Amino acid sequence: MNAPEKPRQKTRFDTIGKPRRRVDGRAKAIGQLRFADDLTLPRMLHAKLLRSPHPHALIESIDISRAQAHPGVQLVLTGAAFPVPYGIMPVSQDEHPLARERVRFVGDPVAAVIAADEYTANEALELIEVRYRPLATVASPEEGLANPEPRIHDYGEQGNIHRNQSYEFGDVDAALAKSDHVFEDLFFYEGNTHLPMEQQASLASLEGDGKLLLCTSTQNPHYLHRQLAAVLQMPAARIRVIATPNGGAFGGKCDPGNHEFVVSKAALMLGRPVKICLTREEVFYQHRGRHPVLMKFRTGVSKDGRLTAMHLQTLLDGGAYGSHGPASTFYTGVLTPVTYELPRFKFEACRVFTNKPACGPKRGHGTPQPRFGQEVQLDKIAERLGLDPAEMRLAMVTKPDSLTASWLRVGSTGLAECIRKVVEMSGWKERHRKLGPGRGLGIACSSYMCGAGVSIYWNKLPHSAVQLLLDRSGQVTVYCGATELGQGSDDVLASLIAEALGIAPGNIRCVTGDTGITPIDLGSYSSRVTIMMGNAALQAAGRVREQLAAAAAEQLNTLPERVVFSQDRVFSAENPGNTMSFIEAVALAEAKFGTIGAVGSYSPPRAPGRYKGAGVGPSPAYSFSACVVETEVDAHTGWITVPKIWIAHDIGRALNPVLARGQVIGGVYMGLGEALMEEQAFRRLPPKLSSALVHRNPSMLDYKSLTSLDMPDVEVALIEDPDPNCPYGAKEVGQGPLLPVMPAVANAVYDAAGVRIDEIPITPDKVLRALEKKAKGEAPRVGPESFPAVPYPQPIFVLPPWEGGDGNEAKDREGRKAA
Amino acid sequence: MNRVRMKLRVNGEEQEVLFHPYKTLLEVLREELGLTGTKHGCELGECGACAVLVDGAPLLSCLELAVQCEGRDIQTVEGMAQGTELHPLQAAFADLGGSQCGYCTSGMLMTAKALLDKEPAPSRERIKEALSGNLCRCTGYQQIWESVEEAARVLREAKP
Repeated sequence: MNAPEKPRQKTRFDTIGKPRRRVDGRAKAIGQLRFADDLTLPRMLHAKLLRSPHPHALIESIDISRAQAHPGVQLVLTGAAFPVPYGIMPVSQDEHPLARERVRFVGDPVAAVIAADEYTANEALELIEVRYRPLATVASPEEGLANPEPRIHDYGEQGNIHRNQSYEFGDVDAALAKSDHVFEDLFFYEGNTHLPMEQQASLASLEGDGKLLLCTSTQNPHYLHRQLAAVLQMPAARIRVIATPNGGAFGGKCDPGNHEFVVSKAALMLGRPVKICLTREEVFYQHRGRHPVLMKFRTGVSKDGRLTAMHLQTLLDGGAYGSHGPASTFYTGVLTPVTYELPRFKFEACRVFTNKPACGPKRGHGTPQPRFGQEVQLDKIAERLGLDPAEMRLAMVTKPDSLTASWLRVGSTGLAECIRKVVEMSGWKERHRKLGPGRGLGIACSSYMCGAGVSIYWNKLPHSAVQLLLDRSGQVTVYCGATELGQGSDDVLASLIAEALGIAPGNIRCVTGDTGITPIDLGSYSSRVTIMMGNAALQAAGRVREQLAAAAAEQLNTLPERVVFSQDRVFSAENPGNTMSFIEAVALAEAKFGTIGAVGSYSPPRAPGRYKGAGVGPSPAYSFSACVVETEVDAHTGWITVPKIWIAHDIGRALNPVLARGQVIGGVYMGLGEALMEEQAFRRLPPKLSSALVHRNPSMLDYKSLTSLDMPDVEVALIEDPDPNCPYGAKEVGQGPLLPVMPAVANAVYDAAGVRIDEIPITPDKVLRALEKKAKGEAPRVGPESFPAVPYPQPIFVLPPWEGGDGNEAKDREGRKAA
Repeated sequence: MNRVRMKLRVNGEEQEVLFHPYKTLLEVLREELGLTGTKHGCELGECGACAVLVDGAPLLSCLELAVQCEGRDIQTVEGMAQGTELHPLQAAFADLGGSQCGYCTSGMLMTAKALLDKEPAPSRERIKEALSGNLCRCTGYQQIWESVEEAARVLREAKP
């Protein structure tokens, strides 16, 4: 047949690259978009959860009789209803919808009431009598390491260690010994949470044929679908999950939620629709947010500021459940070698269970913490060596089409251009170290993946698939499992297909995130949607285009490969006057072939690493960012003001610049909030109150986030160097731009006040403490002082590509010595 | 508990509603009148997502009992467009990235409308201040400020 279209080589665009109203923009602006809690059904009931007041306790008994007898109550559920455990990762199936035998944090769900309305359900919650036997609690990873008993879970590496891993790519100690300088620094990054504006909500009901339908605010309908089938012990084909538009997610709606199983079970038992909407306080307990991470970097550098080797150790506070923890643990290290050339790298990581809400993936998943440490340490190195921090970075960015010591393949990179751009925009050369007391500039960079190279569970399915259906009305409907979080995935989908078919994005109907009718997409996480869904969409659109071109060519007296699709017209390249409308072309093709439609799918390329664990980190492409932050630091109050931020992001190509810029500024906003104020922190109540570990600030008022008044102007540069693995060259933009912000703030605070705050968030009290130390002649630094003895395992030893390695674990340590 | 029967004037239309007296204006709008364009993020008056206009001023509908609203003029996002024509604020939010996930959008729109109804040419600082009680987790606010500025310009030009 005729040659397939090669959309990636396209250079002139009708839609791509032009600022445009997003396809769901109108519905949002008129309040018509229906989020999960906006849905109601006849005879709908409401669910509420009873949560544990203890951080760690055995459940001795639960008496639900009074609650069951309460007028208006339809059903009371306990852990007895849910014998099968779940967990987003196959290796961490450690959760139950309602606790059986044991609670593990304040807020762990214990029972559920389903009643006529929320008011009645809340009344009945108070009638449930639970007898607990409190157990000793673990408040921090250090406590968890020191106290292997009692174990929070009866699985894991040992004691309260959930995951423990170690990798070494080339002999790091030997390289450090030969380095001109070795810098050793400790950093701490406090946990924080997603705080999506929409509280999680779910509505379960039975369809007319008796099958279960769950409409829910989730990022990953596919994974949820699988877990529902397991926990409810029913065939997946009898369950349909619709991901409703999410009112923000940021990683917080990736894990299956207890509430989703509870309303599903209740709807199945009662035969009536059951809805739940978590309160804001409950959203803080659901959490799955940023892990608190303690880090130790030992980094070797040459006199001229080139990295020679790095030994990174991390210690993660996992909270009470596994969640994405095994992946999070990897991510505190694996992307470290992507930004700069690093000849040898050793990485040890340990995740410890604690009696707090489970941590998981938040925008940047595991990477912001080490990125903070790495980029602040580079600033210290530059200063010590008398180098310009921007020039030093520029000299060692990873090269295009190169491998890292850990066998990640870096494809395209625009980092050098990003650095040059922020240096120019911010007036770096004239202003860094020259702004005088109280004012400063700081720079930092980052890299991030465009989609995880492997699925969360082992399978050979495509990572994303798209189905297109066209008819004689000219209507184009696209089906895909991808999920709209607000980031604009529907707009990406519509714009790519519109471009390939030469029609307007608004003429495409997107049907997404519905396991009942859409082909698989693994979910909206790991910045994978634009690349994976986008490549699948272009394949499907290319196939449809072939059908349309074949039919139109006959009418246009040309060859199919000479048929052009643009601006709702279909014409011959030689004779553009010889033309028909897109609708006519579809009608012709329908007459010729029958139904017009096609499918497309995408799986990422196989990564070169072969060692156990090499599956975490590879990606079809990496995005890069550079950021300069300006700060003003008040020496009397420690208050930090940020008047301006400049950021350049290597996006490959901006499909819709309005959305791309919005993602960049939104990432900067969230990063700045983490840098200055956001913290998911806990405190211990006195012993007479059971020594409970309680959340310090489970409300939007007390959990500080930036308001409109706190947010500085952000100047954005989108660096567009199309990546061959990506749809029309477009890389990710949802997560990468957050990453350089926190270290750039820390470096700017140093430039302004001469103090190092090696700890996130950088709050006024820490600045004041560091200024006091400086005044006393002590080291002007606030941050962690020690790193505990962690029983890391023997490292998996792999030779870097340039030391004769083949991507596998080296067979013996002799290979190491020979290298 | 007995319900109360009351006339509420919403988006220029008077409607008779039967509801429990403990219900907030937010709950009556969403649950009794089906006006789910008004959202909630905390139901504690902390986030601004539920802002509506009552007698022209922004008000957090999660903190106001519906029984206090009898005889008052209530405006919600559903009443902003004229037929199919979007209010300039709605058009600007949709075109310029003022709305990402869309969850804070209704509250932002109503608060911004109250500002522009009073001040047709607010400075960037005034806009920041007026919107400082409305949290947004997606946009970083900048495209919201730009949307309000653009809408203000369109509204000024539309006036004779």
